[in-house]
Amino acid sequence: MPEASSTGNQDSAPTLRETVEEFLYREAALLDAWRLDEWLALFTADGRYVVPTTDLPDGDPRKDMVFIDDDMVRLRARVERLKSRHGHREYPSSRTRRFITNVLIKVEDGGIVATSSFLVYRFRMAESSPYVGWYEHRLKQLDGELKMHHRKAVLDMEALREHGAVSIIL
Amino acid sequence: MFDPKNLILDNPDEGVFRVHRSAMTSLEVLRMEQERIFNKCWLYLCHESEVENPGEYRRRNVAGRPLFFIRGSDGKLRVFLNTCTHRGALICRHDQGHADVLQCFYHAWSFSNQGDLVGVPDEAGYPDSFNRAAMGLKPPPRVESYRGFVFVSFNADVDELVTYLAGAREYLDLIVDQAEKGMRIIQGSNRYSIKANWKLLVENSLDGYHVRPTHKTYFEYVNSLGINTSGVQTAFSRPALVLGNGHAVEEHDGIRGRPIARWSPLFGEENKEEIAAIRAGLVRKFGEQKARHMADISRNLLVYPNLLIIDSIDITVRIFWPITPDLMDVTAWQLAPREEKPELLARRLDNFLTFHGPGGFATPDDVEAIESCQAGYKAEGVEWSELSRGMHREAIAEDELQLRAFWRQWFGHLSGLGKVETNDPVIRERAALAR
Repeated sequence: MPEASSTGNQDSAPTLRETVEEFLYREAALLDAWRLDEWLALFTADGRYVVPTTDLPDGDPRKDMVFIDDDMVRLRARVERLKSRHGHREYPSSRTRRFITNVLIKVEDGGIVATSSFLVYRFRMAESSPYVGWYEHRLKQLDGELKMHHRKAVLDMEALREHGAVSIIL
Repeated sequence: MFDPKNLILDNPDEGVFRVHRSAMTSLEVLRMEQERIFNKCWLYLCHESEVENPGEYRRRNVAGRPLFFIRGSDGKLRVFLNTCTHRGALICRHDQGHADVLQCFYHAWSFSNQGDLVGVPDEAGYPDSFNRAAMGLKPPPRVESYRGFVFVSFNADVDELVTYLAGAREYLDLIVDQAEKGMRIIQGSNRYSIKANWKLLVENSLDGYHVRPTHKTYFEYVNSLGINTSGVQTAFSRPALVLGNGHAVEEHDGIRGRPIARWSPLFGEENKEEIAAIRAGLVRKFGEQKARHMADISRNLLVYPNLLIIDSIDITVRIFWPITPDLMDVTAWQLAPREEKPELLARRLDNFLTFHGPGGFATPDDVEAIESCQAGYKAEGVEWSELSRGMHREAIAEDELQLRAFWRQWFGHLSGLGKVETNDPVIRERAALAR
């Protein structure tokens, strides 16, 4: 993948949209390349990663069933597991490709809320399974860098029919 | 001619128990299962708590048949085949909702939430013999519930549910009695499919033998939280139990703790006193021995043919249906006491999703394992799967007695032989001693 920044050749400072889109694309590239430790570094220390169930997209992890509700301790453990040869669903690792579009950006209480549509293809064992849905990224500037403190992936599928699990980071 | 009698080799004296792998790959076997198991047995539909208020409904497929259940304005839960008595369209087209009247969109026939046909546009156009009272929504032949768990059967002559449940009853009681004010299903469900034969998930769900090798990363995670999991080396050495009619249970030490009622750091300091209080309540109510059985021991209970209740760091209710020989649809819910405090409920749910969910640290590897078995069957050259573990000793949870209990009932149904009496020598001897 080319590493050059899409905004690097411009003279003027990047717009908020350019900065946020750049963040989302870089994040997707890290995940597709399985550079998971670098991906973890995009979170703040109080970061959270949530995936609700397919039948309850507004599910609250404290009182409803969700697929994933990771604080940074569990998210680090998830990454360790994905790197382990004992994480059987992802060993050998699947190939993935993420497409992110329809980015909408709001500024709320000094923080940035970006919603976007995603299509994540996963290929493994001669099968393919697309995950379709939308992201909510809650971002903030920290020491001059954009970091995420809340990342939610909401699925549009009715069930994990072809997928069997949410074994990759969505 | 295909003969299901050739699908299992069961010779306890020789220590032989093998299942022919065509049982997992053959379309003919699936057709027979539909006819001889899913059309004959009691099948789990729902928990009563899923529809609490009059008019609330949910739809659900059972053995491929579209059904829905609805609480009528009279407060009674009823189950109906999801098809209009007129020309067949689905009546209930939302997964869940609320209705005083359900109207078929095709010709606008309307049914009350108690199933009566209450509206037929231009009813005068029908002949005099048209009997509206007889055209209400149709229930499945049998519907019964046990302590909140609602089952249906498409076999009008099936035994009463309590008889059918046999020894599984006591274990359902052990689970339900953990709640003071009854259990409820938590909002949100796991819906996923596995590209494997449904019976492989029965095996996997009762199989203590795979836990340590397959779920290494899960225990590493739990260890990394500072929780001692060395007990897992011996946790699965309790006796395996056969409960009759194909039901079975695998019990193991609740080394990771249990919300009711064995505290571990996984439940947080904030819940320590609460869990101790719940435990003390169980001792008061049921005595020390039963309370310990409820509170210290975890269990994976199979209600034959396909309901699993996994009562450990959470309570998972899991049901799965074959779609083709090599594909099943799975749905799983969480069960929790109605009165559970929000902090403890949050921990229960948190513990659930580290292990059991499709996004957890263990279930995806179970999915991988049984899909891998199904893929391996395509090699064909190895005809039999080996399930003799523990056949010549007092079987424990790490053995395969509980799997054989399922398979023997399955064989009885498929072969038409009915109850299969052969059993492991230890069980047989114990039965002889009891007589």
